[in-house]
Amino acid sequence: MTTLSPESIELNPGLQPEPLLSELSRPGAPGHQLPALDVPDVDDLGGQVLRPELRLPEVGELDVVRHFTHLAQRNFSIDAVFYPLGSCTMKYNPRINEDVARLPGIAHVHPLQPDETVQGALRIMFELQHLLAEITGFAAATLQPAAGAQGELAGMLMMRAYHLDRGDTQRRKVLVPDSAHGTNPATAAMCGFHTVSIPSDANGNIDLARLQAELDDTVVGLMLTNPSTLGLFEQQLREVTSAVHGVGGLVYGDGANLNAILGVVKPAEMGFDCLHINVHKTFSTPHGSGGPGAGPVVVNARLEPFLPAPVVVLRPDGSYALDYDRPRSIGRLKGFQGHFGILARGYTYIRMHGPDGLRTLSETAVLNANYLKALLSDVFDLAYDRSCMHEFVLSGRRQKTRNGVRTLDIAKRLLDFGIHPPTIYFPLIVDEAIMIEPTESESRTTLDHFAAVMRQIARECEQTPELVRRAPTQQVVGRLDEVTAARKPILRW
Amino acid sequence: MPDFTQLTADDRAHMLRTIGIDRIEDLFADVPADARHPMLDLPPALTELEASRHLATLAAQNVSVRDWPCFIGGGAYNHYSPSAVGHIMGQPQFYTAYTPYQPEVSQGTLQVSFEFQSLVCDLLGLEVANDSVYDGASAVGEAVLMAQRLTRRERVVLAGSVHPQWREVVHAYVSPRNVDLVTGQLELSSDGLREQRALDLVDEHTACVVVQQPDVFGHVRDLNGLAQAVHERGALLIVCVADATSLGLLKSPGAWGADIATAEGQALGLPLQYGGPWAGLMASKTEYVRQLPGRISGQTTDHAGRRGFVLTLQAREQHIRREKATSNICTSQTLLAIGITAYLSLMGPDGLREVARQSHAKAVYAAARIAQLPGYELVTPKPFYNEFLVRTPLDGLDLRHRLVEKRLLAGVPFLHGMPGFERTLLLAFTEQNTRAEIDQLVRALSEATS
Repeated sequence: MTTLSPESIELNPGLQPEPLLSELSRPGAPGHQLPALDVPDVDDLGGQVLRPELRLPEVGELDVVRHFTHLAQRNFSIDAVFYPLGSCTMKYNPRINEDVARLPGIAHVHPLQPDETVQGALRIMFELQHLLAEITGFAAATLQPAAGAQGELAGMLMMRAYHLDRGDTQRRKVLVPDSAHGTNPATAAMCGFHTVSIPSDANGNIDLARLQAELDDTVVGLMLTNPSTLGLFEQQLREVTSAVHGVGGLVYGDGANLNAILGVVKPAEMGFDCLHINVHKTFSTPHGSGGPGAGPVVVNARLEPFLPAPVVVLRPDGSYALDYDRPRSIGRLKGFQGHFGILARGYTYIRMHGPDGLRTLSETAVLNANYLKALLSDVFDLAYDRSCMHEFVLSGRRQKTRNGVRTLDIAKRLLDFGIHPPTIYFPLIVDEAIMIEPTESESRTTLDHFAAVMRQIARECEQTPELVRRAPTQQVVGRLDEVTAARKPILRW
Repeated sequence: MPDFTQLTADDRAHMLRTIGIDRIEDLFADVPADARHPMLDLPPALTELEASRHLATLAAQNVSVRDWPCFIGGGAYNHYSPSAVGHIMGQPQFYTAYTPYQPEVSQGTLQVSFEFQSLVCDLLGLEVANDSVYDGASAVGEAVLMAQRLTRRERVVLAGSVHPQWREVVHAYVSPRNVDLVTGQLELSSDGLREQRALDLVDEHTACVVVQQPDVFGHVRDLNGLAQAVHERGALLIVCVADATSLGLLKSPGAWGADIATAEGQALGLPLQYGGPWAGLMASKTEYVRQLPGRISGQTTDHAGRRGFVLTLQAREQHIRREKATSNICTSQTLLAIGITAYLSLMGPDGLREVARQSHAKAVYAAARIAQLPGYELVTPKPFYNEFLVRTPLDGLDLRHRLVEKRLLAGVPFLHGMPGFERTLLLAFTEQNTRAEIDQLVRALSEATS
């Protein structure tokens, strides 16, 4: 053992930089042990297919566990802090979901097992298809997409297949409002379409006249987020969807903001043809530091024949089965049956709410957002002065022009107060955007505290702007040099 | 009502007053009145106790691979995962955090991602890796799109021995652009497996050749010379891996000359979970990094010179580039990448090599015994890793059901559906299969036909 001189030992080190696994590695440290091999050992793999060396860290189990514990402590999380990240629906992740996902009959089931050995899993999926379709008013669902963006791809491929199936081959144009998530135009591009951006009007609605000007028989459809990324319910929604249908186009629903409207309105009744659902937002499954999610897509009868295969069906004999016999299907977007572990969590959450519980949670999410908006609208500019849905967008333009403090600085200052910042600089159409989504999970005490902190930061912007610009000072690292990181990338040890 | 809200009646009243409205319904005035508050025909709410009973009942209607011996592979493998892996993934500061957009309070996630990328590079034998994509299947789809962007060529050549589901995903990913997608022909006759050489399908418009190693039948292929031949035709080589534990023993895709490599990460400590979530591993040569899709963590410093990590090269991604992005992907499988990083660091080089050695030895033992049974014949050429195809004396799906009656899980349905493959069974083995289990399988196969 190395002897350290007393002066080299730090007292009460707190959150110090954590070494990399490669730095913790000590050659010869024992790894995980397996039982002795109980069949004859073989040596039939010739040298030409064998790996000459295997470089992996060598670290004992306790030090591995400590390493990850130290790293976990360097994260903000819903479990530890308020996390009002707009558009991400950072609601509480109920612990029962985690217990369900870890039941042996849920966790340790092979995706290629015969159907008769997975009837419980198939029933969960079959019922979830129905629950999601009923909540949104659609006819059918696919649970296959791995995340919202893959749900978008599934939906747009189905819309494409629908047009081609009708011999409608000239449609290449996808309309996307300027407030949309970046995934929308990126998805359209993956489908070989070109996008046309439609501006928003003074009230934050899609500009109907500009939309109509783009409508013709080359339109695949409109990709619409409702409520929008501005947190606003589209005030002329039926006019918008009918106009698109009027030229033979379809309306794709981005369900990122579904948390505002459960039991409030069914998107299918507003003229949407399909909708993806972010189970990891609306239905409470954990975000996992940025994944996994699940992005089921619900569709109306027109698009149903094109769903990815397989779907789960109930046979006349009362058994559940995977149905691959779908000749007009767009095919397969990922392996096996989708993110079943996430779907089982979302199923549990929906079953614990029932119809009234879902409506209460959406109403509470909207109430919390409007309450925070009321508490903050005198010290920050409101992007649009209307009742909001589950989130609202402030602008830091007053602080930028008067005090030279940017929205980024305000976000970093929130870190010093132990609060995760809202989404910033999105949507792109709001100058210095601050997008706040408190979710239904939070108590009034937390909302009041957040409002008080935001008001204090607004005061600091006027009185001690340098303090805000220097933030954060209370975290394990200060602001990081992202420019050098991108110019001279170091992407591995 | 178990809706996980916390407001009291007084809170609600106070909040409505603060907003300046009387009723919560007033907040929904923008929703057309005739569509507002529809009936939801859903079952009534369950309490947590009721929900936990209900889900336990449903879970019990599934056979778990902990209940019966499992010899199913086909892209997902029943390897052992040390207890610590699940507990590390179960740390709430990991699983209840979001994408690390605020790096100062996401150093945990960002550092693990950096470590994960480093491990993926070493395993796949390449220079840069991303923080994962959805799964092994979509990783192949993304790799093909990446090769098309890099070469500005359209034609895609898939070896016939690539996992059928992966080929389907590639088809779905490239189909909208009417790409020339060709697959090597595959035939199972009395002479055995015959596969068209992928290289013979390559022309001057070809962007990439995709091969799987070991292939879908478990065969460890000699890829010597393939990369050079593909490169001479101006195309890129993509090598894909289904059981990533094989990388503990076998030469890496990079060492075979792959330009892009992908792998399904499930075998590295992730629960089978009836199909996911898992993680797709993806790596490439350095010069291609700006066409690599997905999230990437990079090392940098703060103003005080302290080491830190940030999401980097974001100019590739949809939230910046929108329709010009490398992919629409905005989710990585970070929690699963954390699990894989934990698994690899717990196993260490000796542990992973041992998993691979034992999985391979068990498959070799099983193959020798099954090949001796009347009516059974080994189809996969040697050497194989931990999986092989056998010709069976009766229809593979029937055989699969007969094995279920004997409480054994075996066979993959997607192969039975392929013409010529009706009377076959694909069998996979891991370190979890004991000799007694394998002997039980051999007896069951013998009895099933007698």
